[in-house]
Amino acid sequence: MRPDLPKYKTSDEVDFVIVGSGAAGGIMAKELSANGFRVVVLEQGPYLTESDFVHDEVKVLREDLLTNKPKLQPTSFRKTPNEKAKPQRALVYGRLVGGTSVHFTANFWRFHEIDFVERSKVGPVPGADLRDWPITYADLEPYYTKVEWEIGVSGQAGASPFDPPRSKPYPMPPLPVKSSGVIFERAARKLGWHPFPAPMAILSQPRPGRSACVNCGFCLAFGCEVGAKSSSLATAIRMAEKTGRCEIRPNSYVHRIEMDDNGRVTGAVYFDEKRNTHLQKAKAVVVCANGAETPRLLLLSANKQFPNGLANSSGIVGKYLMLNSGGVTTAVFEHPLNDYKGFAVSRILHDFYELDPQKVGFYGGGGIDARYDLTPIGFAMGALPPGTPRWGKVFKDTLASNFNRTMELF
Amino acid sequence: MIENLSRRNFLSRGGAAVSAVWLSAHWTAIVAAAEHAHQAAKSSTPPKFQFFTSEQAVEIDAITARIIPSDETPGAREAGVLYFIDRALTTFAVNDQETYREGLPGLQLRVRELFPNIEKFSAATPEQQDQVLHTFDDTANYGRGFRLNATAQPFFETVRVHTIVGFLIDPDSGGNRDGVGWKVIGRDRQHTFQPPFGHYDKDYAGWQPNPPDAEKAKA
Repeated sequence: MRPDLPKYKTSDEVDFVIVGSGAAGGIMAKELSANGFRVVVLEQGPYLTESDFVHDEVKVLREDLLTNKPKLQPTSFRKTPNEKAKPQRALVYGRLVGGTSVHFTANFWRFHEIDFVERSKVGPVPGADLRDWPITYADLEPYYTKVEWEIGVSGQAGASPFDPPRSKPYPMPPLPVKSSGVIFERAARKLGWHPFPAPMAILSQPRPGRSACVNCGFCLAFGCEVGAKSSSLATAIRMAEKTGRCEIRPNSYVHRIEMDDNGRVTGAVYFDEKRNTHLQKAKAVVVCANGAETPRLLLLSANKQFPNGLANSSGIVGKYLMLNSGGVTTAVFEHPLNDYKGFAVSRILHDFYELDPQKVGFYGGGGIDARYDLTPIGFAMGALPPGTPRWGKVFKDTLASNFNRTMELF
Repeated sequence: MIENLSRRNFLSRGGAAVSAVWLSAHWTAIVAAAEHAHQAAKSSTPPKFQFFTSEQAVEIDAITARIIPSDETPGAREAGVLYFIDRALTTFAVNDQETYREGLPGLQLRVRELFPNIEKFSAATPEQQDQVLHTFDDTANYGRGFRLNATAQPFFETVRVHTIVGFLIDPDSGGNRDGVGWKVIGRDRQHTFQPPFGHYDKDYAGWQPNPPDAEKAKA
């Protein structure tokens, strides 16, 4: 049962309007409302709940049940400024209450110390505008701990020798190991690396109103039907609603932040489901609309005083967007792994998180994990060994023998 | 080990699975097509086709049966793929109608070029049929990507993709009749699972700490 929720009038000047209800917006909503502020969260997507999160892989993936819809919001893409942009699906993000945190992999390791001071450590990167963060890992550590305990993160403190210092262990033990994780762990140790149980924002133990993970396997790219995945929807949004001061308003697509002549925001303008425009008045607007839509909204909100968009004195709003990228390697083993059971990741390593650009020839680094995301059709289309016929008996036989025996590294 | 580093468009990595690129625009209609296939395959009276003439249907059926043949295990026929495609061509794949309309006569022409005594594809032996289909296929790009194989002939490539989708689509959505496609690939339809999940985690001895030599490993 959801508590009685406040309904604010658009003319009612609330303390905060939050644009977006995902990983950032959910936490903001919870923190602000818990501290006595009146909050309206404007979310462009629908308010779905656990019962909507069906095990229908194709409906979720192809009909964009949980993600932005290319037909509704067409995007284009070009590689260089001189190119003419062509219509292309350039972005995928969660478009529902809870945002991308609803369908994410649930990998939940903390940033390392290097992430905050990389510019100081490695120097400038040609062609980029690398900066240190204005805060350090130590500044953020108490909040990492707070989040892990409040939303529920499974993991084993100290298991990775590369982990930054932490003030508290994880609130619950790691999820069970998968066959892919066992193979990963054995192989990595043979190579002298340091695999560890993946910190996952998925419950290994039940919490009030939320089940522990039931290992259904429809995890990465799906919503959790038992509330085990610690999305904003399953955690912060619920906490915000419990305060009685936070209204979550779905199907509300903010396209402009309004400002008065003194350069103070007055609220956010949005379309509702019927495409009617409203202005929700507020003392302050918090923009939590993901890496692409946040700068877009700031630029769309340009006015006479700020012709280059809001919060853009630097002129770099909307530039240097860096997307989640990585490589994938697939391998086939002798016996069934059944990697489609469970969740996405059970073992990971950070031996290559912090690399010397002089030695390796590139900047940055990252984690390597054993991850399941190959649903049957995708598997058949592209995850068979090179040279495998793409139709006929051998194709079918390879599909039949490999589906359960394949694992992926990310 | 297979290197597949380029197979995922970095821009579409929002968590959506790999095949989403091709299918994303059309899903509602795919479900409808799948349900149609499901109903058609269950029904004892031959269903009315939405797009194919019965002559065309026989030919397309024969092609799908070579793409995913029926042998000791079910194939495209048992999964009702023909009906899935038929409905697809009036719904999500309506833009492929032309490909089918023009592609099929081209295929028949090829049959007669290779086998002058054979009138049509469905009358050829399976071996002859495969021979015909191979002339439309391109093996150079095998196993290299998730996209349609641009160098293969569009008609064959389109039927191939449609066949795979109709065979492996989530059975709860109405296609992949009785889940035969999932049975073939060994995917359990159970809703929840308990460890051990597979062969390699059966005898896992439990987590052992890493040796404390991380500083050395830090390059």
